[in-house]
This record gives sequence, C-alpha cells and structure tokens, in this order.
Amino acid sequence: MENKKAIKGGEFLIRETTPEEIFIPEEWNEEQKMIAQTCHDFIDTEVFPRLDEIDSQKDPELMPRLLDKAGELGLLGTSVPEALGGFGMNFNTTMLVSEVTGKGHSFAVALSAHTGIGTLPILYYGNEEQKKKYVTKLATGEWKAAYCLTEPDAGSDANSGKTKATLTEDGKHYLINGQKMWITNGGFADVFIVFAKIDDDKNLTAFIVEKAFGGITMNEEEKKMGIKGSSTRQIFFNDCKVPVENMLSERGNGFKIAVNILNVGRIKLGAAAIGGAKAAATAAVKYANERKQFGKSISEFGAIKHKLAEMAVKIYASEGAHYRAGQNIDDAYDAFVADGMDPAQARLKSLEEFAIECAILKVHGSEVLDYVVDEAVQVGGGMGFSADGPFDRAYRDARINRIFEGTNEINRMLTIDMLLKRAMKGHLDILGPAQAVAKELVAIPSFGDDGDDTFFAKEKKVLQNLKKAGLMVAGGAVQKLMEKLGDEQEILMNLADMLAEGYVAESVILRVEKLVKMRGEEACKMEIDLARVFLHHAVDVAVKAGREAIYAFAEGDEQRLMLMGLKRFTKIEPMNLKAARRRIADYMAEKNAYPF
Amino acid sequence: MKILVCITHVPDTTSKISFTDNDTQFDKTGVQYIIGPYDDYAIARAMELKEGMGAEVTVLNVGLAETEPTIRKALALGADDAIRVNAEPEDALFVAQQIAAVAKENAYDMILMGRESIDFNGGQVHAMVGEMLNLPSVSPVMKLDIEGNTAKMTKEIEGGKEYVAVDMPFVAGCQEPIAEWRIPNMRGIMTARSKPLNVIEPVGDGAGTTVQKFALPPAKGAVKIVDSVDELVDLLKNEAKVL
Repeated sequence: MENKKAIKGGEFLIRETTPEEIFIPEEWNEEQKMIAQTCHDFIDTEVFPRLDEIDSQKDPELMPRLLDKAGELGLLGTSVPEALGGFGMNFNTTMLVSEVTGKGHSFAVALSAHTGIGTLPILYYGNEEQKKKYVTKLATGEWKAAYCLTEPDAGSDANSGKTKATLTEDGKHYLINGQKMWITNGGFADVFIVFAKIDDDKNLTAFIVEKAFGGITMNEEEKKMGIKGSSTRQIFFNDCKVPVENMLSERGNGFKIAVNILNVGRIKLGAAAIGGAKAAATAAVKYANERKQFGKSISEFGAIKHKLAEMAVKIYASEGAHYRAGQNIDDAYDAFVADGMDPAQARLKSLEEFAIECAILKVHGSEVLDYVVDEAVQVGGGMGFSADGPFDRAYRDARINRIFEGTNEINRMLTIDMLLKRAMKGHLDILGPAQAVAKELVAIPSFGDDGDDTFFAKEKKVLQNLKKAGLMVAGGAVQKLMEKLGDEQEILMNLADMLAEGYVAESVILRVEKLVKMRGEEACKMEIDLARVFLHHAVDVAVKAGREAIYAFAEGDEQRLMLMGLKRFTKIEPMNLKAARRRIADYMAEKNAYPF
Repeated sequence: MKILVCITHVPDTTSKISFTDNDTQFDKTGVQYIIGPYDDYAIARAMELKEGMGAEVTVLNVGLAETEPTIRKALALGADDAIRVNAEPEDALFVAQQIAAVAKENAYDMILMGRESIDFNGGQVHAMVGEMLNLPSVSPVMKLDIEGNTAKMTKEIEGGKEYVAVDMPFVAGCQEPIAEWRIPNMRGIMTARSKPLNVIEPVGDGAGTTVQKFALPPAKGAVKIVDSVDELVDLLKNEAKVL
C-alpha cells in the first residue's frame, strides 16, 4: 500500500509501474458488478425504448422525469457522501457508473452534467449550509443542476467571460447580468452554477443561482448535430438577484473552481465514451453476424474482422487506463484523508494530482469512441448511413465528446503544459531521465536482447523505449524552443499523442500481465493479443508524431541524431497483426458482442 | 406477514448452452447467471406487499456457494434475509423437499416462486411443495392481492383467465404482470452484504432422477424461398415429407 500511495501524477513517464500497483477492471467486486448491472438495466429498460422520443424533445418533462427515476435508484448520489443523502462511493466506482450509463446517448449527457459539473462545485467548494441546502436535493434529483461557464465570446478562454456580478447597495445581494451559452440541462434546471466577475475583477467568481431567484430568461433549445435530446440553452441573466451567501468559495476563486471541476469531469467523460464505444462495438458485431453477402456473414470477411478487432483493441486498452488512473486517484484520496485532510479537499487534491492522466484520458476515450462509431457505420454499409439504422445516433452523438469539457486540442496542450510545469517546479524529475536519454543517443547502442524471457519482457522493453522516445522528443523540443514551445501548438499535439498512447499502452500491458497472473496464460490468449496489437499501434503513433515534431524543431546533425534515436526507441519485434486481429474478431463474432 | 420467496440461479437468457462428460453435464464455463426471470416477478410482488402492508421477506435458494451473488441480488432488491440450502438443485423433487423442510420450520404466510425455472423449465416445484405441506398451490399467477386472510389470484389458463381465492398460507408460481419488474437501487446494493444469509445443509436422500444425456435442438437449416404455392406443396410432400 505504501508503494501505491507514493505514485505521483505524470510519473508514469519516468517510473516503471508493476502490475500489482494497478487496478484492473477484471477485479471489480460483486457489489460493483451489481451497481454496473443496475445501470445497464436502467438504461436498457428506461432509456433505450425512448431514444427517439428523447431526441425529439417534444415532451420537455421527459428528461427530468428520467433523471427522477435515476434518482430513485440512487444514481444521482453516487459521488455524494452518505451524510448528504448520497452513497459516498469511491472514485473508480463512480467512474464505472459513468461508463455504463455512457451508452445512454442524450440521457447520459444530462445525467453526467447534473451529477458532475452541476453538483460537484457545491459538494467540493460549498460551505456546510450550502451543501445541506443544495447537495441533498441534487443527490436525490429533487432539484436538477446546470453549469454556466461558457459565453458567446468565452469558450476555451473561459476566464475572459463578461458576465458581471454587482453588490446591491444594502450589501445583501449580487445582481448578475450577462449571457451564457451551450448550457446543458438549461431548460429544466432548478439550480445553476454561474461564473461571473464581480465589478472589474480579473478572475471569475462562482455563484449558486436558483431559477426561483428570477431575472433568468432563455432562448429556445439549440439545434445540434447530435445529443439532440439533451437540453442545451442560451441563458440570459438580467438583474438576477443572488443572496451574498450564495457565493461559492471566495471572490475570484471561480476560475480555479471551473478548471478543477472540469478536471473531475474529464476522466469520467472518457469513461462514458468507453461505455458508448462498447455498445457501438456490440451493435457492429451483431450486425456483421446477421448481414450476409456472397453467401456468408460479413463478420467472416477479413476487412470486417480488422474493423471489429481494432474496435476491441482500442476499447480494452483505453478502459484499463481509465481505471488504473481512477485507482491512483482513490489511493491518493485515501492517503490525503489519512493525513487528516478534509474529504472534499482530498477529493480535489487527488484529482489535481492526476490531472495529466485525466486530460490524456478525456482525449483518448473520446477519440476511441469516435473511431468505433465511425467504423461501426462502415460495417453497417448502407444501413450504417441510414437514419433508421442502429449506428446513426451513435455516430452523431459521439462527436460532441471531442469538443465539450475542454476541446481535445486544449486537453492535449494541457497535458504537456502540466507536465513541464511540474518538471520546472521540481515535482517531477523529467530533466534527469531526459538528459540520460540524450546521453544514450550518442552512446553505442546495445545490440540483441538481454535474454530476459519472462512474460511480456519484450513488450516492457518496447514500453521503456517508448518513454525514452517521448523524453527525447520532448526534451529536444524544450531545449530548442524554450518558452516559445507554448506557441508551437502543433508540436505540443505531437508530444501529447506520444505521451497518451504510451500511457495507454503501458496500462494495457500491465492489465494483461496482472490478468495472466490471476488466470494463467492459457485463459488470457485473447487479452494477450489485444495488448500486443495495441502496443504496435502505440509504436506507430510514436513514430509518426515523433518524426513530425523532430522535423519541425530540429535541423541538420541534430535532426539526424534524433531521427536515429527515434528509430532505435521505436523498435518492435514483428508479429502477425492480421492473424491476431482475426482471432480477436472471431471471438467477438462467436460471443456476438464486445466480449471483454 | 412472513413471505418466503424461492429463487433459482439460472444462465442468462443469452448464454450459449453446451455440455460436457458425454453430454451428461451442463458446461458452466463462461456462463453468466441471473435470478430466474419469473422468480424476479415473485420477488417484486413480495416487495410490493412488504411496502404496502408490511411483511418480512426471506429468499431461499437451493444451490452451492457460487449462487450467493444471485442471492445477494435478491437481498439488494429488498428481501430481509436469505437461506441457501447447500446442495446442487438436481431435480424438482429434491428442491421441493428442501423448500418444504424450511417451510415446516418457519410459519410462512405465503411461499412465492416463479412459475418455472428457465434452465430445466420443470414447472413442478410449486405443486410439489404444496403437496408436501398440504397447502393449496396455484400457478401461473398473474395477479395476487391479499384481503384479510385471503389471497385473491388471477391465473392464466388456456384461452382465458381463472380467478381463484385461497386462505393463507398458500404456494404460488408467479409470472408477469404480477408486479412491476425491479432494478436493485444503490441503497439496496450497499445494504445487501450486511443482511443475514444463512447456509443450511440439505435434507433427504438426494435426487430421484439421474440425467442420462442432454441433447441440443438440431441446428436450423437454411431458409428456402419458393416462388409459388405449387412448388411449396411439392416440397412439403416430396422433400419434407410432411404432407
């Protein structure tokens, strides 16, 4: 346990993690499995039969009614402590709830907005009275919540918002004036978390605003490409009178709240995307088994097998990485609480510690989902493109995930930005390992293998080298560009991709290594294939992203040296990926589902 | 009021069924188990009665330790305690003997179960339990209301319905729409592990039957589309030889 607690956020890049240190989804206990089953049953019986009705938004009461039903099952209070009417589940269990409900299309968005960005600001930053007054009602669904940060001219640059809060003469209220956009659950929310600037403050301040306070009007529902059933409104605050005691935390603390709350949401968004991806992959397998051409099921054709297997490879790897990070967050939380920290504070601190992983996984989960739904449409052929087919909604609804809760571009930049800041503050020793890699570059390379024939020894060597490749390219870019690196967004994207795929690859190798220890190699053949195919994918990404970055910032001998280094650090033993994918796809076809 | 709900631990309806040991044993590998769907309705009705008029609900399962997750799911649905009879439920007679033995020790006002399990679909246990306890046994029950000491039930019969009334105690085999199907809620799930689950040893001499062999239904052949009625009649006469 001591060892687990010592893991720091972002440290995966410079530290060798053992399988014993990570949690894997195959370790869910009976209670967690039952919780997941309840979520499946709820979505299958209450949401899936009404998807068209939900998306039509003809009945504005339908979504709040479904949230009420979710509330009756306790699904709105999973993150809320028991003292406030919730269930105080650990982070990984609440992420499991996000994953399973993530297949619920627009409903999933309404649910996560309410339980995440709607409820958590009060839970984590509210004082006791605020928590008692609001969180208890939000945990049961009696009140629904929305989060009002984005404005017409303040999206990714959230702190530039123009909404104002002015103290009334008697000092008892703030008058909020301004306009907010893309407000999820806006149409039916009772409580809004509103970010506004008091007078001419540089930073935002957060307020808890009840609809009943008055001074709130809204536009019609936005027309959107996907998640059409999710209420999305533009909201206007006109002299909205908010009691001073409804300020959340302190004046000027709003931007910090906004950033930290989005950080909590990020990894859960990734998990929800994985849940959606599993459902889409299952739909694709079923369709491929049913659809017959040239006298056989299309799941028997290699081109389709490739698609089905790639879906599984990406889902399995990304899923494992999410719960690995989730466990790290839980362990850090436990350690903070053991040290006497207030639980709400500890929750935030633990998430902040793993903010790099959270950003990586938001990007990864949402891009795996987009990959899967895109290929699912392709497996469906004409039926894939039909609005009456099983893939149309999944395809459209997936797209928003790369945009909201911080675009994937912002999150990629954040990943590297946070890593470098931690290095500069001395929290993470990246400099040492980066220098060691630089030295290794000019030294004579070791030839042949080192004779280690333990399970996954070769794969681990590849992982180690992938980290070196990342350190080499990042180190080179920092040295060369210094503070100008921030303006070279394309290079930051390259670095983020190397880092993310490396993290996920390591997670899947560790997951399968642990699984083999639990069940034996014979029982894990499919999972071993999944891990190996993903590792090859991660190497391919590192080669491409690394090369692009090196081309962009290095020249002449330095460029040649780095390209040679990249080649050396991305060496991987050939394997018949086609055969592995066929084995995976055949297993999926046999199980007629995403089976892992 | 005391209600005993007997539940089965059966393969999920989507499971692939196969056999081992010369087709004499069901192959359990990789099979997901659930509470028998009809039993689920029996639990749901028991919970409705508990909420409506107050009752103490005990669930019973005849099975080995592997069935405990299924039993705890019934506890998560709101049952107060559980009994597991530690034995493989080999045939209907054996299972009925176990239920009857438990019922003799405890004065239950009603014994509910599904109309049949969905693995062997014997549909005999409720009748046998009634016989052993000398109680009226009704199945399949689609509606069950309690008025005073009387249970009024609606039973499905061929081509219609039969309305029956019995005095408590009684045995009933349930099916939908006797109650609204339930999903365990978070509170139920989190309290399930703290509820008593008592394990008892079986009574009697074991199963009265032995399975000699299982056989899967023959695989479906290819579908043939015919162009005319004449061709169809010809095929039915000469190829299928059913006319």
